Amino acid sequence: MMMSPPEASDSRDRGGPQQPLLTVTGMRKHFPIRSGILGRVSAHVRAVDGVSFTVRKGETLGIVGESGCGKSTVARLLMRLLNPDAGEQIFDGDAVGEQGGISVAQMRRQVQMVFQDSASSLNPRMPVQNSVAFAPIAFGMPKAEALGMAQDLLAKVGLNPGLFGGRYPHELSGGQKQRINIARALALSPRMVILDEAVSALDKSVEAQVLNLLQALKRELNLTYVFISHDLGVVRWISDRVMVMYLGEIVEIGPADAIYIGPKHPYTRALLASRPALDPDQRRLEAPVSGDPPNPINPPSGCRFHTRCPYAEPVCGAHAPALGDATQFGHLAACHMQDPGSGHTAAGRPLPPVTH
Amino acid sequence: MSTAISDATPADTAPPAMSMPKQRGYWGTVGYRLRYDPVTLFFIALLVLIVLSAIIAPWIAPNDPYQESIIRRLKPPGYRGHILGTDELGRDMASRLLYGGRITLSMGILPVLIATLVGGGLGVVAGFAGGLVNAIIMRVMDVFYAFPSVLLAVAISGAMGGGAVNGMIALTLVFIPPLCRVAETATTQVRNLDFVDAARATGAPLRLVLWHHVLGNVLGPVLIYASSLISVGIILASGLSFLGLGVKPPEPDWGLMLNALRQAIYVSPLAAAMPGIAILITSISMNMASDGLRAAMDVRS
Repeated sequence: MMMSPPEASDSRDRGGPQQPLLTVTGMRKHFPIRSGILGRVSAHVRAVDGVSFTVRKGETLGIVGESGCGKSTVARLLMRLLNPDAGEQIFDGDAVGEQGGISVAQMRRQVQMVFQDSASSLNPRMPVQNSVAFAPIAFGMPKAEALGMAQDLLAKVGLNPGLFGGRYPHELSGGQKQRINIARALALSPRMVILDEAVSALDKSVEAQVLNLLQALKRELNLTYVFISHDLGVVRWISDRVMVMYLGEIVEIGPADAIYIGPKHPYTRALLASRPALDPDQRRLEAPVSGDPPNPINPPSGCRFHTRCPYAEPVCGAHAPALGDATQFGHLAACHMQDPGSGHTAAGRPLPPVTH
Repeated sequence: MSTAISDATPADTAPPAMSMPKQRGYWGTVGYRLRYDPVTLFFIALLVLIVLSAIIAPWIAPNDPYQESIIRRLKPPGYRGHILGTDELGRDMASRLLYGGRITLSMGILPVLIATLVGGGLGVVAGFAGGLVNAIIMRVMDVFYAFPSVLLAVAISGAMGGGAVNGMIALTLVFIPPLCRVAETATTQVRNLDFVDAARATGAPLRLVLWHHVLGNVLGPVLIYASSLISVGIILASGLSFLGLGVKPPEPDWGLMLNALRQAIYVSPLAAAMPGIAILITSISMNMASDGLRAAMDVRS
């Protein structure tokens, strides 16, 4: 087995447990929209617009938000499957892809990703154990040894290697495929795994199995997770800290319990209120947030949520609220109501509790 | 949601009463599937036979393919030791067909083979790189595309002069653009799938990602298209020969023989049809074999 034992002293650990595993500062990705026969850039989709956050060693950071808020783009930027337009990414004290830091390839060996679509993320023409063994073989492990390790990993994710190893992806169910994807992500013994909607496409019962598996693996292999999902319940269950995104920006970040019990940003409150109530007497009849998110090509001025916010005031359209220092681990929200000096009439006053 | 940890779920780990599938790689599976496809096996055998008989033609040909005889013109099959009769100049048909296979098959197969390597390679590069590289490669291909393929082949071999080798070069250049286009399309489709991203995200060298994850999924459509080009190649080659740009008489070539015997169709229809039948059998075998291979490679079905 190539796995390191789950002791605290990982030989690759550089800065000790206090140093964050990942620090992202001012990450930005704008996709150009080309138009006309000359393909001139006429506008940009601001998919990720200045995002800063920190992931501590051994924790799970949940990222939630509506479709199109930039969650998956953040995941692909972290893996450098997309190149960021701006921003700094520091992995365990080393800047990624910069002079004096570590290369993207070195970072990728320590950070792996599980994709949402379990079907398209496996090569249809490769037996699944070969998919798992691909990366170790690519890094020079003898083929027989790599296949043996792949079979051990299949057993670890709860699949009988003799039965499933030689099969092709189309012969497996969604949950089985996602287990294979997790096994592949673990093949290089990463320190961090980015789970991009990894359980969203699964049945609820299979989802629960995979989530339990993820938790067990995290403990056993000393992993750090970035868990991206639109499912608020799942994120709360698995995350230590949660980051809420809206239109390419972070609107709130903090410990999971703090956010779920006392959300500070009106958008987070609306998200939480939009969860279906389990008590039929408490059913909501109208949606807590109306309409679609604004167009990320031309986002609203000031606070991007002010067009849909029930507490919006002129100051919200005029100035963008600041989140504060996201590299600290407190509970922060980018909202004028949190800043007594902002000029918002409700600034500093407590918000009513979230109702279902 | 439960916080209980279950390492193994009963549904996935319980060994059902089915036999354990043998562990074999991708090509092992393809070979295994081919073994149970008698139609494809038959056509592959036929192809091997055709190619083999062309190769060993000097040893198995019953007569000299260049030996003319004024009095033995257009004789029916079986006439005085000529198993398949004689052609319009009294030469032995069987020998000429065997010898003709050498030139015809190389005119049909070699250009397609080279064009598959060059055009397919360019297409994969264009499709995977995207952007400017893609634009440059594909626009150059579009320039070649602007000419009808026959005209282009005639123009190129006309510019370089006749002869079998120049004809082959002309055909290769004609076949590169369409093969490049097919490979580029297939690569572009595969490149955006998550499994390629997942392979890239491992930090593995790009050539290994291309080799293991992209190429296998591009090979199928390229192979089937290339095999259909082989019959086109044989016919184009015979067209070049007809115009005096390809193979020169008295060199035996199926296309050339077809043209020469065309005029004898009322006198000796069988002799006139024979080179055509040879072309037909070869191209059908080629298509069936490649279709079977493609089906075997598509492990999903």
